[in-house]
Amino acid sequence: MQVSVFVPASLRQYADGQRQVRVEAPDAATVALALERLRACYPGVVERALDEQGKPRPHVNIFVDGESIRAGAKRGLATPLRADSEIWILPAVSGGSGQP
Amino acid sequence: MPLRSDVVLLIGTTKGLFTLDASGQLKNPVANGASFPSVAFDPRNRRMLAGKTSFFWGTGVIHSDDLGQTWVEPEAPNLKFPADIDKTITQAWQIVPAGADEPDVVYVGVEPAALFKSTDGGQSFDLVRGLWEHPHRPTWTPGGGGLCLHTIVLDKRDPQHLTVAISTGGVYRSVDGGASWKASNSGIRADFLPEEQRFPEYGQCVHKVARDPNKPDTLFLQNHGGIYRSDDNGSTWSDIGKGVPSDFGFPMVVHPRKSDTAYVIPNGDAFNRWTPDARLRVYRTSDAGTSWDELTCGLPQKDAYITVLRDAFTADSLDPAGLYFGTRSGELFASSDEGDTWETLAERLPPVLMVRAAQLG
Repeated sequence: MQVSVFVPASLRQYADGQRQVRVEAPDAATVALALERLRACYPGVVERALDEQGKPRPHVNIFVDGESIRAGAKRGLATPLRADSEIWILPAVSGGSGQP
Repeated sequence: MPLRSDVVLLIGTTKGLFTLDASGQLKNPVANGASFPSVAFDPRNRRMLAGKTSFFWGTGVIHSDDLGQTWVEPEAPNLKFPADIDKTITQAWQIVPAGADEPDVVYVGVEPAALFKSTDGGQSFDLVRGLWEHPHRPTWTPGGGGLCLHTIVLDKRDPQHLTVAISTGGVYRSVDGGASWKASNSGIRADFLPEEQRFPEYGQCVHKVARDPNKPDTLFLQNHGGIYRSDDNGSTWSDIGKGVPSDFGFPMVVHPRKSDTAYVIPNGDAFNRWTPDARLRVYRTSDAGTSWDELTCGLPQKDAYITVLRDAFTADSLDPAGLYFGTRSGELFASSDEGDTWETLAERLPPVLMVRAAQLG
């Protein structure tokens, strides 16, 4: 099956300028697997969205089919996908403290 | 005061990276929502380096080979812990190119406190495992700025001799290129511990260390409470803070050529962290800390509630030496006469984290 990953404007320079990247993934693939596939072509996107432990960075949100993977019913990067699922990588609304 | 024509200042702030040259105009702002807690100039190849920290997208080291006009960002972040270490780098605090005998070596200190080494001029980095695996490391604790390795001091006599400072861990030294390390804090006070524990083996909140260029066994140190000198390459330390209105401060800058000459900027006490008496004063010793001169000419002496962070003060190596510092309130001051008089080079910058002088001559 194929799924779509939507790349935020600030990372498109690492995806040949694309807003939407189609990724081939096996049936019942997870978000983690889809992002691993994306990493093969566009490591600059995935390694900025995920830290070196493979976890979403604290101020990055990932949505699947309209719902955050951090939401109660979702399972983080283990959230399963279906054909034509849409994965959105987004900078979170956060900040205002923590930086000097 | 325009800058001299052979100096370009690199200014890292919480909201962008700037350069300033003899034109007096701030140039080449690089932001993209990032802070730049560390900047460096590598005179061996005239490369500028900067630690870029995005609030969202992680941290890495970028570089410029055209004096800041364009910057090269790695395809993927180039600072990361190896897969077997369950930590994430949040900030690059210090970038230090090695000496001429190691032309492609660049060291970087990060948060959480760790040392990284590049052997390709600052494009990729490997963890210095000897320090990471030191038995003290799990017991280091964050200071107010985080648990960071913020200072790297090299010894031009011996590239295997590395000195680092960690808040809070204190000073550590290696004589084998980073394979093994020993705490080196004998005589440095830790005011924040119970009285009978105030001189621990490690755990001090050392803020900055600098080496005397002509007497390389002499080091100067600004501590979180206390100004110190070592005459034995860091083995032992003596308090030299008498004569300075506050022994709390962040930066420590040495004169590029004159022995026994160092500069500090007192920053109140541990509770009121602004310039003492709301006067912005630089203190200079020319006798290794026996006495200090108060330098105020051209600096605000009224209602100046200012903080200068540990790497926001620097010197060039011209004759006479130029001195430069930025403030958390966005001013940039400079002296072209070794601190006797000062002028304002810029105002209304974002909070300044680090200033370095790229000397082109």
